[in-house]
Amino acid sequence: MVPERSADGMSRYLLNKFLYTVDRDPELVERYRHEPRELVAWWEAERANAVLNCHTGESTTWLRFDDVEREALATHDHVKLFELGAHPFLTLTLFIALFERDNTEPLEYQKSYGLRLAHFALPYPDIAT
Amino acid sequence: MATVVAVIASTHHPFYYRASTATGEDRPPFADEWTSKILAFRETLTRARPDVLVMVGSDHFHQLWLDNMPQFLVGKAPSYDANWYNEEREFGLPRMLLKGQEDLSGHILRAGLDAGFDLAFSNELRIDHSITCPIITLRPEADLPIVPIYTNIFAPPLPQPKRFVQLGEAIREIVESWPSHLRVAVIGTGHLSLELGGPRQFGPHGPDPEFDQRAVEWIANGDLDGCLREVTLDSLHAPGNATHGFMDFMLMMGVAGAGAKADHVDTLDLFHTMEAYFTWYPNGAPTA
Repeated sequence: MVPERSADGMSRYLLNKFLYTVDRDPELVERYRHEPRELVAWWEAERANAVLNCHTGESTTWLRFDDVEREALATHDHVKLFELGAHPFLTLTLFIALFERDNTEPLEYQKSYGLRLAHFALPYPDIAT
Repeated sequence: MATVVAVIASTHHPFYYRASTATGEDRPPFADEWTSKILAFRETLTRARPDVLVMVGSDHFHQLWLDNMPQFLVGKAPSYDANWYNEEREFGLPRMLLKGQEDLSGHILRAGLDAGFDLAFSNELRIDHSITCPIITLRPEADLPIVPIYTNIFAPPLPQPKRFVQLGEAIREIVESWPSHLRVAVIGTGHLSLELGGPRQFGPHGPDPEFDQRAVEWIANGDLDGCLREVTLDSLHAPGNATHGFMDFMLMMGVAGAGAKADHVDTLDLFHTMEAYFTWYPNGAPTA
């Protein structure tokens, strides 16, 4: 599987930072489920450059998504996120939080999530950051 | 000096708590067999009458994050809160509070650093299901003080498999050089073949039953040479994209010692991943 673009480690880092910081905040999980595009825009403007545990006067100055990444997040496109090398554990954990509640039988979402990735063969996209 | 009374290696399946406590229609068909195997496994720790538990696991991007990622970290605190919001949400895990054994933490850090392992440390560590799952399965009273040790099996670049084995060997020596009369069990959890967030996840079995079979044989026989010959950071991608967690089993093989055959070996073929349970008694099986 050849990615359409070559995400570098730093780009993957910011995708992971989004998944990580949203997943651990129940309010953001709900906002991301219901208004993904708005949440992604807000997060990139307000949170992407926050050094975790540091006050805002010491924020990073250079982190931003590119258009492909921003669109993948805004459309809940976990297949694209996998292709871009977002950490699969982070993506899976957050997306289970978003969509497992709609299951009509146990593991329905988890299984369909895997099926949507069926076209990927080894080696999977690099996840190193 | 302290005595290592048991070495235990296990998978850490976050679904066990919910499966084993579910009743009626919510109870999955495999729950009774699973619980029965866990009770037998638990008895192997109980019989060893430990005073202290050294707990090896891996933080799942809870407290340890990519802006500041240690490879090996030892907790040194009087208490450890445990389990995280997303583990309550997804697995129904309960909040827990475990006591720490700070003196042993300090000893492991000092002796580990002096032995060439540049161990990171944490004085305020909230631990996750890699350590609470074996507490739930093996010591649900959660009454013994612990020393948590985290390894990075998750965020590349990772240490080499051999380094996990070496750290395990060092932990064994270091615990046995702790000036204490206490009885220590070293418990570590990892994975056999496992896929998370990829196309092979949540299948009817683990993603690579053949790997699982070989892995169980390596562990049960203490076959470190065979294991190290075949397992590399690259090779672990093939059985499943989260299989690097197997390196924590390799660490525990190091604790048990090369060639040490496990005194208790059990497995359970579940959907998604195979469960595996191993206990070694370095000083012979305890008598009742």
